[in-house]
Amino acid sequence: MPAPEQHRLIFRHIDEPGYSADLACYLRHGGYEVLRRAVARRPEELVDEVKKSGLRGRGGAGFPCGVKWTLLDRKSGKPIYLVVNADESEPGTFKDRHIIHRDPHQLIEGIMITCFANRVERAFIYIRGEFPEGARILERAIAEARAATFAGPNILGTGYGCEIYVHRGAGAYICGEETGLIESLEGKRPYPRIKPPYFPAVLGLYQCPTIVNNVETICHVKHIADMGGDAFSKIGTPNNTGTRILCVSGHVRRPGYYEFDVGRLTLGQLLNEVCGGPLPGRKFKAVIPGGSSAKVLKFGERYKGRRKVGAELVEYDWGVEDIPMDFDSLAMVGSMGGSGGVIVMDDSVNMVEALGNINAFYAHESCGQCTPCREGSLWMQKVTARMAQGGARPEDGPLLKSIADQIAGRTICAFGEACAWPTQSFVAKFSDEFAAPARAGARPHSDAEPELV
Amino acid sequence: MMNLSPETLRKVDEVIPHYPVKRSAVLPLLHFVQEDQGFISDEAIEWIAARLGIEPINVYELVTFYPMLRRKPIGRRHIRVCRTLSCALMGGYRTCAEFRRQFNAALGEVSPDGEVTVEFVECLASCGTGPVVMIDDELHENVDAAKARALSAQIKAGGQPAGSR
Repeated sequence: MPAPEQHRLIFRHIDEPGYSADLACYLRHGGYEVLRRAVARRPEELVDEVKKSGLRGRGGAGFPCGVKWTLLDRKSGKPIYLVVNADESEPGTFKDRHIIHRDPHQLIEGIMITCFANRVERAFIYIRGEFPEGARILERAIAEARAATFAGPNILGTGYGCEIYVHRGAGAYICGEETGLIESLEGKRPYPRIKPPYFPAVLGLYQCPTIVNNVETICHVKHIADMGGDAFSKIGTPNNTGTRILCVSGHVRRPGYYEFDVGRLTLGQLLNEVCGGPLPGRKFKAVIPGGSSAKVLKFGERYKGRRKVGAELVEYDWGVEDIPMDFDSLAMVGSMGGSGGVIVMDDSVNMVEALGNINAFYAHESCGQCTPCREGSLWMQKVTARMAQGGARPEDGPLLKSIADQIAGRTICAFGEACAWPTQSFVAKFSDEFAAPARAGARPHSDAEPELV
Repeated sequence: MMNLSPETLRKVDEVIPHYPVKRSAVLPLLHFVQEDQGFISDEAIEWIAARLGIEPINVYELVTFYPMLRRKPIGRRHIRVCRTLSCALMGGYRTCAEFRRQFNAALGEVSPDGEVTVEFVECLASCGTGPVVMIDDELHENVDAAKARALSAQIKAGGQPAGSR
């Protein structure tokens, strides 16, 4: 079956020749018209539209955005904050970069609609420190929007006012975790907070009710306000609505960003048709479908079970290529849609080295607050590095599994799972490569330096 | 005493009122001071703490946590090569080795001629065009060993290689 066409909602103008990041260009393309209509409505109506849309968060967890907004404590009398998560730190993900650099006003319009709907008067965009140019672009765009009364005091003459500020991170992955991000914004070390009681909707920034949404999620809010929640909910598939940007990297002919209706495209269509298949002379070996912490999928394995289609339960028997790219299907095969970062590895890759690379990332990025994660991530990194450098022992596979199993579920935040899942899945699915005797022969570049660790 | 430029002092004054709680401005101030002075000195930590009415330890604990903050000067140009998986799959380790060879630089140290610091950093969020490299604030995409040599030649000639965005 041929792949469906891309449906570019958020990336509609991104690659258009002549489309630029300035306000004049955005206005020529109908910019801020949705905000103009939104501020003429009651805020509660906009929250309802987002609820009806079924929009799920695009940052990683896929939590329903409307539910997140509904959980806000509106009776506390404290100010309500919006924090836009532009930390884009999950390896394999590079969609927010393009929104920020190339269409910043789309984000700002989404922010203002979100703020108006939730009576927010101060919003922060937490942008990763590695996007210095992105931060400057956003600051310029905010100044332009303010001058035109799309932000700032008295927006579009309504008497409603809201300021947006850009806050730069400084290279720490953990700031992508929403409560770590809040701590960082408060000027502290970004140690994630424990839930309960620190649900941001109740006790967030400065212990005030706070919404934390991803950049792509906020942009969707603009399109929902534009077309209505019902219309949005008809895009994509049930419970997996709207479009989604998929970022493909690694061993394919055409890596890049692609926007599709959620669940209307299979992983096989994405990799073979949209991305042009494997590199010349190569075969696909493995793919990580939702950012580097998602569990790896191995080409050749089968996923069987029963799933709901409409009201009925139907049997499915999928290969990797058959998996629909939506939150629920990827969860059913034991992985996740996560942040939409698809990392592809072909048969040239040594899986011990690949895991060593991933483990080095998580060992570097563990915040150090919880012992199982702080110590375990480092052990996993050391074991895989030693294996990759020729010192593998027969007990290393079981040892890695045992360390990973003792991290997941025993930490304050989801980083514990994020660092355990790669090890758990790599060791289980590529056990032959993690068995020491097979290692020497399996290594494709035995004379060369390891290429990934 | 701290010798910050008038522009840096202006940015410091401007950013503090963005936050209802002054302490929130500590990370922005650290960025401004590092951009001005090249690194974060003991003096800078005390100056920032005094400016925000917090203890120096509350500044220091951030300097030791965040990878982008540094306690020592770097070379004239800062070369940051992405180390993470997607870039590594496309040859990021070779790219990093090539930059180090070009400037005879140890990883994370200033090169002997003072020209560059070559660092491995974690994911730069441009995975589809790996290997990627940041030279100062500019992103460079698809930097294989040959492109690393070309960029190094431009740096050695004193030029500012144009990034992709």
